[in-house]
Amino acid sequence: MIGKKTNWPVTVLLMLASLCVLLPFYLTITIALKTPQEMAGNLLALPQTWEFENFSRAIEMTNFFNAFGNSAFVTIFVVVFTVLTNSMVAYAIARNMHKKFYKFLFYYFVSAMFIPFPIIMLPIVNQTSAWGMDNLAGLIVLYVVYNLSFNMFIYIGYIRSIPKELEEAAIMDGASTWGVFWKVIFPLLAPMNATVAILTCLGAWNDFLLPLVIVSDRDLATLPVVQYVFQSQFSTDYNLAFASYLMALAPMIIVYVLAQKWIISGVMRGSIK
Amino acid sequence: MTDKAMKAKVRTARLPLQNKRASLSKESNVFLFMAVPGFILFFIFHTYPALQGIFYSFTDWKGYGDWSFVGIKNYLNVFKDARALDAYIFTFQFAVLSTIIVNIISMLIALGLNAKIKFQKTLRAIFFLPFILSILIVGFIFNFIFSHLLPTLGQNLGIELLSKNILGDPDLAWIGIVVVAVWQAVAFNTILYLAGLVTITEDLYEAASIDGAGRWTQFWKITFPLIAPFFTINMVLAMKGFLMVFDQIVALTGGGPGTSTESISLLIYRGGFEGGQFAYQSANAVIYFVVIVIISIIQLKVLERREAGN
Repeated sequence: MIGKKTNWPVTVLLMLASLCVLLPFYLTITIALKTPQEMAGNLLALPQTWEFENFSRAIEMTNFFNAFGNSAFVTIFVVVFTVLTNSMVAYAIARNMHKKFYKFLFYYFVSAMFIPFPIIMLPIVNQTSAWGMDNLAGLIVLYVVYNLSFNMFIYIGYIRSIPKELEEAAIMDGASTWGVFWKVIFPLLAPMNATVAILTCLGAWNDFLLPLVIVSDRDLATLPVVQYVFQSQFSTDYNLAFASYLMALAPMIIVYVLAQKWIISGVMRGSIK
Repeated sequence: MTDKAMKAKVRTARLPLQNKRASLSKESNVFLFMAVPGFILFFIFHTYPALQGIFYSFTDWKGYGDWSFVGIKNYLNVFKDARALDAYIFTFQFAVLSTIIVNIISMLIALGLNAKIKFQKTLRAIFFLPFILSILIVGFIFNFIFSHLLPTLGQNLGIELLSKNILGDPDLAWIGIVVVAVWQAVAFNTILYLAGLVTITEDLYEAASIDGAGRWTQFWKITFPLIAPFFTINMVLAMKGFLMVFDQIVALTGGGPGTSTESISLLIYRGGFEGGQFAYQSANAVIYFVVIVIISIIQLKVLERREAGN
């Protein structure tokens, strides 16, 4: 690569293509800041004044902070529990693959990836509501458990690349299997933990279908569900609607802008495994 | 080192065999303790409901009240149901078309990003951005683009095709859903391809160009065979994701106009929760499951053979 000239035609083509990605963002931000009167004019024009009132109206109408709190609560707990528990299960399986039971567990979790959610959807709704789990705690349990299937895949490949000598040395020093996992293996899993945390965080924050069917109480609705529920009330007040969308998207966009390099490499790592 | 650990070590030295056996069984208990709760929970919340779904598909349960066994009647009815058939046809056409478009576009973008370009990091960050967003909300934003921005643009420019809301036309609404699905999915697939492309060393291309191979030959003879495993993964993952399409449709058309853009997931959701067709839609879901497994297996077989052939 060194000494090669910059490929300008490709650069320009990619910049034009990136406009397709950016246009919806531009539209969302400008419309969220416009007044209804401005909507009659050129839709692509910049707002004349910044109408921050759209945001305060949206916050009040959708009870934004409540929904934000619900989404944040679910996402934080799901990420923490997923990383702690899924890595542990994967470790037990990865180190015992020569035993029938663990081999069975591996294929059991992996083959579950082929089962489409709709086949579970109708029974799980009855089950969770009968067991009093039609709330955020129930949602957290379901996410953590369902994540097992995919995360098994990513973790086990990585754990097998860790030399067993490290564990044997720790056991020689008197550590138990339990201690070996938390003190030796779990820290070594850091890159995979980061990947799993990123994917889990995005999955839990953006998911729509599971909270829609599981959580019946409106006060417990997460951000995507709130956008759906208020769709008819936004009606043609697009300034209000877009202000609400923007606030729902903003947390992940901010996280992305701050940790972009990290997120992309994390997802790449997960996908190569 | 603690006294206890020291003693343990001394004992290990003295009685190697006996102690090893004892610690092995203790070790395997710990492993069981780590794995079994996860297994039980997964069974309770994933396998058990799936089995229930299969069980009720042979009954006439509405989701509440009494029920009785009806044999395979639900399955026969699904095959005769025009609405279900339409949903299957729509979902497959949508999934195949979107998978192809996504893979072509993301391959092109990944090739571009892998070339010697300016602003590489920024461009990569922009193309990956859609991956982090809620599909539902993206769908709502595109809904506005299709229903307001494009028609106004079309009217101003005098383009007839653009001057109406495509989402309101039963023959065109699917285009809108494909656009949103592709817009979002390209992000992840590009990253996957890029991960494959960066593993190819520059030497290979230099050798090829010395041998007089053109860009086109280079792509088909070097690049494509080397990223074939990524192509396989991308095709299978994209297809599987698109067969489950739900959020995009809810945000754009709600399955309409009429039922022209109703996917299988949406049909099961609606019939099961709103139509009192718990048992019937469970049968539909079982068929859906079988179809997804068959497609995944065929795809893997065909694409793996391709890879081997190359």
